[in-house]
Amino acid sequence: MLTVNRYKCCYCGACVGVCPTCALELVETWLEVSAECKECGLCTKICPVGALEVNA
Amino acid sequence: MKCDLIVVGAGPGGSMAAKAAAEAGLNVIMLEKRQEIGDPVRCAEGVSKRTLCRMVKPEPEWIASEVKGARIYAPDGTSIVMSEDKSGDEVGYVLERKVFDRGLAMLAAQAGAKVMVKTRAKGLLRKNGAICGVSALRIGEPLDIEASLIIGADGVESKVGRWAGIDTTLRLADIESCAQFLVHDASIDEDYTEFFLGNSIAPSGYAWSFPKGEKLANIGLGIQGSRSKPGEAVRLLHQLMKTRFPNGRIVEMVVGGDPCSGPIETATADGVMLVGDAAHQTDPLTGGGILNAMQAGVMAGEVAAKAISAGDLSRQGLAEYETRWREKIGKTIARSFKFKEFFVKLTDKDINQLVGSLAKEDISKMDLQGMLRVLFRFNPKLLWELKSLII
Repeated sequence: MLTVNRYKCCYCGACVGVCPTCALELVETWLEVSAECKECGLCTKICPVGALEVNA
Repeated sequence: MKCDLIVVGAGPGGSMAAKAAAEAGLNVIMLEKRQEIGDPVRCAEGVSKRTLCRMVKPEPEWIASEVKGARIYAPDGTSIVMSEDKSGDEVGYVLERKVFDRGLAMLAAQAGAKVMVKTRAKGLLRKNGAICGVSALRIGEPLDIEASLIIGADGVESKVGRWAGIDTTLRLADIESCAQFLVHDASIDEDYTEFFLGNSIAPSGYAWSFPKGEKLANIGLGIQGSRSKPGEAVRLLHQLMKTRFPNGRIVEMVVGGDPCSGPIETATADGVMLVGDAAHQTDPLTGGGILNAMQAGVMAGEVAAKAISAGDLSRQGLAEYETRWREKIGKTIARSFKFKEFFVKLTDKDINQLVGSLAKEDISKMDLQGMLRVLFRFNPKLLWELKSLII
């Protein structure tokens, strides 16, 4: 499962730009993850602050 | 609610599009999902003075500082200096984006566009397959807005293109992961933007210092997404602060993703035009995108008015936008992309050699092309694959 550390997230939207399944949506300061997420982890790599994590 | 044109996103690209379209007589609604335009910032804020002034008359409060030129540091510490009028599009003015973005939105509003903040586009409305508006959420309440033409200026996280069938997803190699601090430090050079190169400083990217007034600067870096790992940009920035600005006081933090993919295959679909980061119109080499977005915005706004009066909003009917942006900014973006693809491969030794070879030359009077020619003359072997771009 993709988890968002909301205390770390700086809501820049870089993760949304690289998401291949369009599963992420940035709503002002709130990153939404939809059921489309395939847990590929690309978003975790691009995140400048390391707010995203794929957990087994 | 009904209008001629909906612009999604009130950044510099969206506001210029809304302004141009409203001035051409269209009934325009511009949506901004945030409650405040321009905040939080995701930008190093540098622009060319000349290009900016060609489009708008800047208000004094938009400008945080004005610089004389750029200084570029190799990993071994050797540096070269370029003067402002020669260093291209990312030096000249350092903006105050929070004020600047709102100022441009104000110009759009003054031209007659309706600006709706805290209003997020959720999808496109279609009738018999054709786009007929945007379904939005305004302060948490559903709102359908009818319009047969949409301009997507919705940034790096753009959805408008994807909804319309344009794949704007960025490969990790085609986006830079960036972090920046606004720093107060006595050692900051107020007259020059500074660029720090090196694979241990910013792998396949660069670090920068853009002065923002007295002893104040945006100090940041961008690294290629394919060489990034979770939290890497911020970690490297802390490291840069420690080595370069150990006494710096951090008073603001900014992060972001910067497209550097080169020109997108198409920025138009039936009933849709994309502008700015949404269309990957950033310069892949420098990462600068403000002025490209503004220029594309003006073109999209003008074409919107023409297409509506001609009654053809198909992709074919919007082809003039495609032709114009490719001519005006697309060629440079394509060229910069080739340079970027080359520069991301350079080792620190290569960079030292390149910067070192210019250090003995007087480049203060040279433009970028002239400088590249000198670089090629001194380093033909290293730069051979760029030959056709330089000579």
